[in-house]
Amino acid sequence: MSFNIVVLAKQVPDTRNVGKDAMKADGTVNRAALPAIYNPEDLNALEQALRLKEKIEGAVVTVLTMGPARAAEIIRESLFRGADRGVVLSGREFAGSDTLATSYALSCAIRKMGHVDLIVCGRQAIDGDTAQVGPQVAEKLGLPQITYAEEIMDVADGHITVRRRLERGIEVVRGPLPMLVTVNGSAAPCRPRHAKLTLKYKRAAIPSEQAALDEADKALYAERPYLNIGEWGVADIDHDDRWLGLTGSPTKVKHIENVVFTAKESKRLSPADNEVEDLMKELIANHTIG
Amino acid sequence: MANFYKDNPALKYQLTHPLMQKIVALKERDFADKDKYDYAPADVADALDSYDKVLEIIGEICGEVIAPNAEGVDHDGPQVVNNRVVYAPGTQQNHDTLAQAGLYGMSLPRRYGGLNFSMIPYVMAAELVSRADAGFANIWGLQDCAETIYEFASEDIKQEYLPRVCRGETCSMDLTEPDAGSDLQAVQLKATERDGQWYLNGVKRFITNGDAQIKLVLARSEEGTSDGRGLSYFVVDNKHDDRIKVRRIENKLGIKGSPTCELVFNNVPARLVGMRRMGLIKYVMSLMNGARLGVGAQSVGLSQAAYEEALAYARDRKQFGKAIIEFPAVFEMVSLIKAKLDASRALLYETTRCVDVYKAYEGIEQERKLTPEEKAEYKEYQKMADALTPMLKMFSSEYANQNAYDCIQVHGGSGFMKDYACERLYRDARILTIYEGTSQLQVVAAIRHVTTGTYLKRIREYEAMPCAEAFAPLRQRLAGMTALYEQAVARVTELKNGEYLDFCARRLVEMAGHILMGHLLVLDASRDDMFARSAAVYLNHGEAEVRKHAAFLEHIRPEDVELYKA
Repeated sequence: MSFNIVVLAKQVPDTRNVGKDAMKADGTVNRAALPAIYNPEDLNALEQALRLKEKIEGAVVTVLTMGPARAAEIIRESLFRGADRGVVLSGREFAGSDTLATSYALSCAIRKMGHVDLIVCGRQAIDGDTAQVGPQVAEKLGLPQITYAEEIMDVADGHITVRRRLERGIEVVRGPLPMLVTVNGSAAPCRPRHAKLTLKYKRAAIPSEQAALDEADKALYAERPYLNIGEWGVADIDHDDRWLGLTGSPTKVKHIENVVFTAKESKRLSPADNEVEDLMKELIANHTIG
Repeated sequence: MANFYKDNPALKYQLTHPLMQKIVALKERDFADKDKYDYAPADVADALDSYDKVLEIIGEICGEVIAPNAEGVDHDGPQVVNNRVVYAPGTQQNHDTLAQAGLYGMSLPRRYGGLNFSMIPYVMAAELVSRADAGFANIWGLQDCAETIYEFASEDIKQEYLPRVCRGETCSMDLTEPDAGSDLQAVQLKATERDGQWYLNGVKRFITNGDAQIKLVLARSEEGTSDGRGLSYFVVDNKHDDRIKVRRIENKLGIKGSPTCELVFNNVPARLVGMRRMGLIKYVMSLMNGARLGVGAQSVGLSQAAYEEALAYARDRKQFGKAIIEFPAVFEMVSLIKAKLDASRALLYETTRCVDVYKAYEGIEQERKLTPEEKAEYKEYQKMADALTPMLKMFSSEYANQNAYDCIQVHGGSGFMKDYACERLYRDARILTIYEGTSQLQVVAAIRHVTTGTYLKRIREYEAMPCAEAFAPLRQRLAGMTALYEQAVARVTELKNGEYLDFCARRLVEMAGHILMGHLLVLDASRDDMFARSAAVYLNHGEAEVRKHAAFLEHIRPEDVELYKA
């Protein structure tokens, strides 16, 4: 039986080289002004998936990304590194999604894929830095999750063993499959593109990209089915419209401002209910949430 | 993301050269592989696109992995532990990354696991790696050994070793010994045959990457002989079982990451490559041209690095209230570095194209008989490659040294400190004019192409090629330089005095070189404006050099040579 791994990956603006026009007046990111790249921690996640594929016979790595048609580039980059296939979840109905709507759409797409043993994704994306999508996908699918993973050490007997990188040290945990794992930037860097795979998949494309080609070039996709990247729209997933896109996104940007970090502040809580409750009260009181 | 291929449009430009169509078509033989391998191209455009894609991968690895590792590798260097070489951690990472990306064996046929790329992208990869770390380029470049195996070994040996090279096993070329350096005829390492099996015993010295898994070894197979005709070539599968011991690693001025080893062979089993007695006279001579092309690529890569460092510092450094690049003394230096870089690169890829065409015919000849026309073309390109290779090796390596020197000069006092990359470039550059044949030996190889007129013939061919109107004045100056060259050659050769010719040889070869590179830059500038400045700057420099040599040769007579004798 095959072992199905899904990697969640996001195409993000390269916020490591931000210019003056990086933000629009409405407080959203000006994606046109920044080069689009593979979210760095998602590459760490892909590497973990590819290592498992080498260890587990019959493992299949599928990369799922949500975004406009140009996000097909993320799937190609994954194929060049050893992923087996990919799906782009695309459509204007998904536009304006915050983390809640994004995780809903992704979880619907994963459900459509049938049996999945493991979902891996980066800890967070460099455009939003929320670290919410991974955990929310797990919740929506009713799966357990392991966050801040630095290495997937072993998969055996329906369980996964993971080394986590935490603030004050490392922790090794074991949990049952299926499972969602979010991977830290401190994990092994992703392998380079492989020359032969790059040449094999350089023309891989989603149907809407293929539509722009002339007839002779289109024939290639019938001849070589592996060049077809999946493209799913809203009609392809079982969903509720109210939870998608802008409608499904409670997050509203009020205004933006430039801040310069002067100190790194962190607060440690014990996992007791009263401490969590106190924190929630504090966040509501200072209008961070609510 | 730093990408050494994408940040330098002068490289992709080489893929657009008109001769590339022919080179790819010859290499891919009607594109028969396209139905057998999912990564084989369907036509010329597809193949050139594949070159571009793979060079992008290499460019990224060079910019993101190899270059950032270079300082640490230079500092740490390799070590000998239990008679084995342990690479510096950065070296190991460089190698592992390139192997993981499937970038070893680029030019080998697909049936052995290679990408079947022509020499142009392979040499370009060598240039990129050298720009990132010239020392590491040696470890990378030793995959040339696979070329020798492919050309001369039995099918059996090819099947065993070539796929291993493609998987990233490392190679070494074990030629020199304590008493056999430039004079390889003196090689003593003994090869003896017992029950159909060859064994090697003896010592090798100055062996780059000497602890490699796959070794090509030159050894004396014919007992009682003392010259080159008693030497054969062997392939050794290094099992790392103490039969080959690394006695020491040399402590070098530069390219410190590249382990230069002294080796002791003790009953090492080996297999004969090709025919007995042909080791030196045929196989080593053939691989030497490939190695010289490799040093050409290494030199151009290093020049590129020197240019980048000099330009960045000159723009950044402020003195007397402005960036130092605004001072004539500095901008002249930086533009000359660039012109020498562009000139040596033009010669590098021109030479490579000649090698590409003749190697492709050589490959076809392994499968079928060539037609008389093909045979003639094969010989023509081979001859031109033979003529251009020593010219390239000499000029590019001398320019790399001059550029590294000027790069430090641009940095001033800071450049003398260990804080900047330029001091490493300066040390790394120094070996380039020495190994794989010193500049002086390149002159020995090149002078016959002066006297037989090969270079002049090439110059005439360039003159006949169309060029943009704007560059006609440069062409005219080149014609003047050529007239001076012809006069000097005539004056020196008519005396038929061997020692006198040898004495004048370097200057004659250099005159030809300046004219050839001047023409190449004019042709490049004519196709793409990005070379216009370098064409003019190089011509100003080259013309002055040609006149200088002409003036020297005008007054020197055979009897004057006595003055110089020690």
